[in-house]
Amino acid sequence: MQIVLDYYNYWACILIMMIGFYGIMAKSNLVKKVISLAIFQTGILVFYISTGKIDGGTGPVRVADGAAEAVYSNPLPHALMLTAIVVGVSTMAVALAIIVNIRQAYGTIDEIDIETMEHERGE
Amino acid sequence: MELIRHNLPALIVVTPLVMGLLTSIIGRRGLGWWMAMATTAAGLAMSVQLLVDVLSQGDRTVEYLMGNWPVPFGIGYSVDPLNATVLLIVSLLSAVITLYARKSVASEVPAGKLNFFYALWLFCITGLLGITITGDAFNLYVLLEISSLSTYTLVALGKERNRRALTAAVNYVVLGSIGACFYLVGVAYLYMATGSLNIADIAERLQPIYASWGTEAPIYQKTVITGFAFMAVGLSLKLALFPLHGWLPNAYTYAPSSVSALLASTATKVGAYAFIRVVFTLMGVGFAFGRLHTDVALMLCSGAAILVGSWLAIRQNNVKKLLAYSSIAQIGYIALGFALANKDGITASVIHLFNHALTKGGMFLALGVVMYRVGGTRLQDLRGLGRKLPLTMGAFTAGGLGLIGVPLTSGFISKWYLVSACLEQGRYELAGIVLVGSVLALVYVWRVVETIYFGKREDEVTVREAPASMLVPTLILVGASIYFGVDSSFTTHLAGEAADFLLKVKP
Repeated sequence: MQIVLDYYNYWACILIMMIGFYGIMAKSNLVKKVISLAIFQTGILVFYISTGKIDGGTGPVRVADGAAEAVYSNPLPHALMLTAIVVGVSTMAVALAIIVNIRQAYGTIDEIDIETMEHERGE
Repeated sequence: MELIRHNLPALIVVTPLVMGLLTSIIGRRGLGWWMAMATTAAGLAMSVQLLVDVLSQGDRTVEYLMGNWPVPFGIGYSVDPLNATVLLIVSLLSAVITLYARKSVASEVPAGKLNFFYALWLFCITGLLGITITGDAFNLYVLLEISSLSTYTLVALGKERNRRALTAAVNYVVLGSIGACFYLVGVAYLYMATGSLNIADIAERLQPIYASWGTEAPIYQKTVITGFAFMAVGLSLKLALFPLHGWLPNAYTYAPSSVSALLASTATKVGAYAFIRVVFTLMGVGFAFGRLHTDVALMLCSGAAILVGSWLAIRQNNVKKLLAYSSIAQIGYIALGFALANKDGITASVIHLFNHALTKGGMFLALGVVMYRVGGTRLQDLRGLGRKLPLTMGAFTAGGLGLIGVPLTSGFISKWYLVSACLEQGRYELAGIVLVGSVLALVYVWRVVETIYFGKREDEVTVREAPASMLVPTLILVGASIYFGVDSSFTTHLAGEAADFLLKVKP
């Protein structure tokens, strides 16, 4: 029990990532798949940011006087995750644009329906 | 000149990035190709110069600090014989394939989208070159995503020919993103353990951590192992190592011809490079192979890749898909080479990166000619083309011989080193798998060659030989793959340098 409570932030990340991962595997609707991918990526964002947290740490802003004693949380993971957020948004945009095209070409965005349509055409 | 020469490592990545942006905003049609061609030609010149610079250094490395921020605070680019070779592969192949692309792409992509196509083309090359040159683990992730995002779109642009390109692309988006995310999680674990993102710096800081294992108080043991596991799985997805190859066949098959050629000859090679970099430089061979025995898993996967990839290739009726499955088998050879982790093995791996890029690139270009002239790449479309497209089909056949590994082709050189590496390690069963793989390659290449030369066409359509702008690049690549089979001193020298460099950093 102690290990769950001590590391609750990591358990939360695992939970979020696994919800996303389950969606990617289990959903046949392509939009739901892409949303699951976004949830999965969000889990990683939370994971990174929680690694930078220090108990009692403040924002990494240098306060005049007494700066030497102040404890700062690590700002680097935040900076990294800004980049990762941009990457995640771009991935979403590309994926959704392709799905719009799929809808126009097939009239459906369900993976199983598309497979059956292609199977019937004999490819 | 001195300024350019000093900043080469940065320019090699920044030039295609900036030119790609410019290409996407220019309005003039037809200018896109010229910009892509100029950029890739300049990239080739720069990577040749960089290779010369690296090999002239005593310690075989060129370091570059972005904005003069010292590592590990800033991003450092470090070039050594291994990634200088991979840079040469990427920029050579991208220049030759861009030369080819003009007519082929114009026939497969709508005219209004051509400039955007070449912009994405340049972004893809930016990402691939960047992954190769960067010395920063997080920077590698960003560049991985730059190349992947543009690749997804390039694959999806095959939709004008066949709408399955779209489903292939969306499948690739999902699997590719999972791969990149796994790599990112791996970087997070290593950052937690070492507090650094620079590859060389992480490697240095891991040493005391390794030293503490097996003592009373091991530090970060689970963290580092989990991090490596995530990175290895993520990069295996990117390089399409056997059980994780699901995205590859459809993406290669339904992408526009030039895109298939570019992906087959560069993207998976860069993935293999990143894997080698993580195992040998970042984690250290003593940890990854010695302590965790990842090499056994890699040998299993690559052996299975060779057998299953070749077997599935035999069963394909679409020649593009056949080549895609053959690529999965060839990736197996590359992974097997570095899994053996002796000098011959790494040499074989690096030589095969080079040789397979030339051979498979040339074969995909030849198939692009078939697509351009005949309009399809199914086996029945190739029937009897041997007499109608003698040069193109001759190039395809020569490439096929290279895949089998016939003596005097470059494929023979790679397999020779690979088999001797297997024997050196006493792994006779792996040497056997390599030979069985060659026999299976003989079967699938023969199926196509037989159709090309002895198949009868019912419809006597007039098919003319490829236009010169497509024929010349095809012949260059296949000619080079034959040349490096006859005189392999250049490739073996480079690969030997790379192998020496990697094994020297072994802890």
